[in-house]
Amino acid sequence: MSKLDSKIPEGTLEEKWMKFRSTVPLVNPSNKRSIEIVIVGSGLAGASAASTLAELGYKVKCFCFQDSPRRAHSIAAQGGINAAKNYQNDGDSTFRLFYDTVKGGDYRSREANVYRLAEVSSNIIDQCVAQGVPLAREYGGLLSNRSFGGTQVQRTFYAAGQTGQQLLLGAYSALERQIGLGNVTMYSRHEMLEVVTIEGKARGIIARDLISGKLERHFGHAVLICSGGYGNVFYLSTNAMGSNATAAWKAHKQGAFFGNPCFTQIHPTCIPVSGDHQSKLTLMSESLRNDGRIWVPKKKDDTRKAVDIPEEERDYYLERRYPAFGNLVPRDVASRAAKERCDAGYGVGKSKMAVFLDFAAAFERYGKQQVLVLGIDNPSAAEIRKHGMDVVKEKYGNLFDMYKQITGENPYEMPMRIYPAVHYTMGGLWVDYNLMTTVPGLYALGEANFSDHGANRLGASALMQGLADGYFVIPYTIGSYLSNEIRVKPISTDSEPFVAAEKRVQETINKLFAIKGKHSVDHFHKKLGKIMWDKCGMARNEKGLTEAISEIRALREEFWKDVRVTGDANEFNPELEKAGRVADFLELGELMCMDALQRKESCGGHFREESQTEDGEAKRDDDKFAFVAAWEYKNQGSFELHKEELVFDIVHPTQRSYK
Amino acid sequence: MNLTLKVWRQKNAKEAGNLMTYPVKDISEDMSFLEMFDVLNEQLISKGDEPIAFDHDCREGICGMCSMFINGRPHGPKEGITTCQLHMRSFKDGDTIVVEPWRSKAFPVVKDLVVDRSSFDRIIAAGGFISVNAGNAQDANNIPIPKPDADKAFEAAACIGCGACVATCKNSSAMLFVSAKVSQLALLPQGKIEATARVQEMVAQMDKEGFGNCSNTGACEIECPKGISLENIARMNREFFVANLTE
Amino acid sequence: MSNNSHPFLKSSLGRKLLMGITGLFLITFLIVHCGVNACIFFNDGGVKFNAAAEFMGTNIFIRAMEFVLFGGIILHIFQALLLTLKNNKSRPVKYTMTSGNSNSKWYSRWMGLLGTLILMFLIIHLRHFWVETRFTGLEQPSLFLEMKATFSQLWVVLVYCAGMFSLSYHLLHGFASSFQTLGWNHPKYTPIVKMTGFVFSIVVPLIFALMPISMYAGWIK
Repeated sequence: MSKLDSKIPEGTLEEKWMKFRSTVPLVNPSNKRSIEIVIVGSGLAGASAASTLAELGYKVKCFCFQDSPRRAHSIAAQGGINAAKNYQNDGDSTFRLFYDTVKGGDYRSREANVYRLAEVSSNIIDQCVAQGVPLAREYGGLLSNRSFGGTQVQRTFYAAGQTGQQLLLGAYSALERQIGLGNVTMYSRHEMLEVVTIEGKARGIIARDLISGKLERHFGHAVLICSGGYGNVFYLSTNAMGSNATAAWKAHKQGAFFGNPCFTQIHPTCIPVSGDHQSKLTLMSESLRNDGRIWVPKKKDDTRKAVDIPEEERDYYLERRYPAFGNLVPRDVASRAAKERCDAGYGVGKSKMAVFLDFAAAFERYGKQQVLVLGIDNPSAAEIRKHGMDVVKEKYGNLFDMYKQITGENPYEMPMRIYPAVHYTMGGLWVDYNLMTTVPGLYALGEANFSDHGANRLGASALMQGLADGYFVIPYTIGSYLSNEIRVKPISTDSEPFVAAEKRVQETINKLFAIKGKHSVDHFHKKLGKIMWDKCGMARNEKGLTEAISEIRALREEFWKDVRVTGDANEFNPELEKAGRVADFLELGELMCMDALQRKESCGGHFREESQTEDGEAKRDDDKFAFVAAWEYKNQGSFELHKEELVFDIVHPTQRSYK
Repeated sequence: MNLTLKVWRQKNAKEAGNLMTYPVKDISEDMSFLEMFDVLNEQLISKGDEPIAFDHDCREGICGMCSMFINGRPHGPKEGITTCQLHMRSFKDGDTIVVEPWRSKAFPVVKDLVVDRSSFDRIIAAGGFISVNAGNAQDANNIPIPKPDADKAFEAAACIGCGACVATCKNSSAMLFVSAKVSQLALLPQGKIEATARVQEMVAQMDKEGFGNCSNTGACEIECPKGISLENIARMNREFFVANLTE
Repeated sequence: MSNNSHPFLKSSLGRKLLMGITGLFLITFLIVHCGVNACIFFNDGGVKFNAAAEFMGTNIFIRAMEFVLFGGIILHIFQALLLTLKNNKSRPVKYTMTSGNSNSKWYSRWMGLLGTLILMFLIIHLRHFWVETRFTGLEQPSLFLEMKATFSQLWVVLVYCAGMFSLSYHLLHGFASSFQTLGWNHPKYTPIVKMTGFVFSIVVPLIFALMPISMYAGWIK
């Protein structure tokens, strides 16, 4: 008997959520006032959950490690947010968004969850507009949409290239409003370091005040983990420097199962690594692939400048391999193809780990249109190019500027160099339909949970999920748990479980300082990142993963013997913060490799070299692997796998093909 | 390249600080300014010294966390970028670079280059929002908004709350920050409903936090990494006067 | 939301509004003052100038406005002091290195100093002319002759030139700034305001400065 109960409501797909909402037990308003909820993280999921639960009358405490809730990394999302509004009259519907998301996730997500996500997607847009989020508009004053990530309908709402920022600031303003009203207490520059469980239920957290270094105990009738993804296991990623898995990992160690940890998304269009000093990678919006052509030289180790390589000596490998989709193949396919070329020795740039993204053809195509529009007779090639450049500048000017700023190269004169980078983690804490983990009272929202994206996330879906969870799902689902908790009086934080939890945290901190080793925290983080990227990155195989597991174990041992943490515990100490996070990454990385090792199929972002078609495409194995891998923590280095079978009543799995 | 850094070191909010000199060697021009600090910190750690604390997070110019006052200018010598977007190719071999924290009564130093900007949060909490609970909203397209207004609101909303405006202002005024939010919401029909109270509350909180007054030098607009316009300050002035005339 | 604890005129924006309004009012005074004094350039031995001065000195409305004018000056100075005090307090620890010129004009940052210089000039100026006409009585039979006598001293001419120099820069920032403070910023009209301000700040102080200069040089008979 599986320990996993996904608690999916009865009824047809369309009825499930509506029925659930109509029948879920409610908490009386006067009781809400005495129920406390702890929320860890203040990104789209955390801020929206905190404000909404406070609006309902709960007493909320919200924690973030940054200096302000407005800094959460949701802010960096560029592209947009999907919603099945069908404003463009192009045939979109809740069902179609649901269908695209399940298919895009390569049939490794839960139908009921995804359908609910598609259902509430419209409410998110309404809510955000009402909050004053300045989404892009047409001249008639109505909202504008664009097509994103290769979908056939225009359902993506956006605010220039700063959609995440605008949505987050909307949620942040709602949160600040509740802070101002006294309904939410905000703890900025606080890091959650332990979940406190009492009689099997989550009852609070231990947090460290990052300024004073003091450990604090906070009680809550329920605890919500909204702390984002764990892409920084790879050291280099598009995540923020502070993005970490500590909250989720501590929850995992207190009994919350971890779902599909190996599902990571590698984004194809990032600025390549320029040297050992590199601290993070910068994403360039996927929209660039609409007009740029990706190529490498046909000759190995070609050191000529891009412009000096004649057309017939260029290999437009995506157009060659995938004539139907060309440069617009999904993220996972584009990323693997780039890696394949670079590994084979055709990469460009100093590091040879990059491919060209070339706009010369776009300059010419747009230029020719433009001279017609402007009525220029007999234009010179240079004139055409100039007018074409103006059009491209209009569309992508900010991205071109960003590229130039970072690389020092002018992308109007030479092609951009790009390479894939870790971007998003589909895996996360296993949750049921109510977003509750396997620990009663402990919830996970947004990127921190595993639920909606399966093995691959579609563009513009992360923002949708984070806000759906916070604004429209948790306010209902949490009631089914809290309605049974109304008799529980706040538990004293002097009680034994709190004291014991704080002691565990204190011991870990003491241990870190006591090592007094030779190497900095970053030294170990970089090493871990390299193992993960080489062996658990875009392509994985049994041998590599097995090696990675033992290498990570060895590295972890070395870390606990040789790390140097400077400063004191009772002060603002970023080195200590990093040390704690890397210690957790060193455990999570191992689990990711174990999960990748057990999943002997290729699906979405997870590519097992042993499971591919003759022409090198990913091959799923639905008979054996149509399940969610939910890992239970036993003790260090030991996890038990539980499987939640995935049932596809509506969308029948087919092999994806982009030929 | 080799550089000399003069960096503000301050143990905590209570103790006094001072500038310390550090040489850094073999800096690549492809490094970002913060990566150069990473290198320096690695050096300090390997010598057993305490690394320099500085705020940073996304390192792609959008979170607003990084905040260094470099050679007399917030976010360094180039306009339109944050510290994390500044690259070492903007400096020359042999340069001496002075790095200080944002300085303002309303932004007390936490440690070294880290300051406390929670005053900005309190200003937003005082009124920088539209009072609409989740679930109440009407259909998004029921509120048509002229594109020029929507675009202007967006430009104002692009503020990342980094505080460079306060840091560079000779009076440490927060007018650009506050006016960006007031403007964004005043330009939208959804925001007009509470406009009067909003501007009064936000200005009251701004004054309470100890920021100085605006004297229209325009430095904030030049240094703002997101190019927030002074037009917003004029709009806030207008909103504030009208609010006080009518109520 | 209630803001009873924060009265308008004690708010930073309220104080700034008073600065702007009094500033604009003083600018209008400058126009009148400059117009009247420019009568000397008729070079008619001060006939028109004396007539204008006579009118200004006896018209009841003008005399009343004089009180308003002094009120305006005092208010302008008083608010400036309060604002400056607050500004100084808002940055208790100063930067060791600033690079103000890379993002603003020096005179926009030194309005307080320029204003102080103008005030010093004003005291001297009032002692020379206003105190005499209103209280102690002129030593010369007419204001025109009084002017000629005063401006025959080189140091006075230099002080006046320096005063006008300060005024010019004070206006160069203050003119457009007061419009901004009053909430006047418009893509179409702000450039006009700025241009007008620029011309005004050069022309008016120049005309004023030409008075002592031309009298000292003997161009005005």
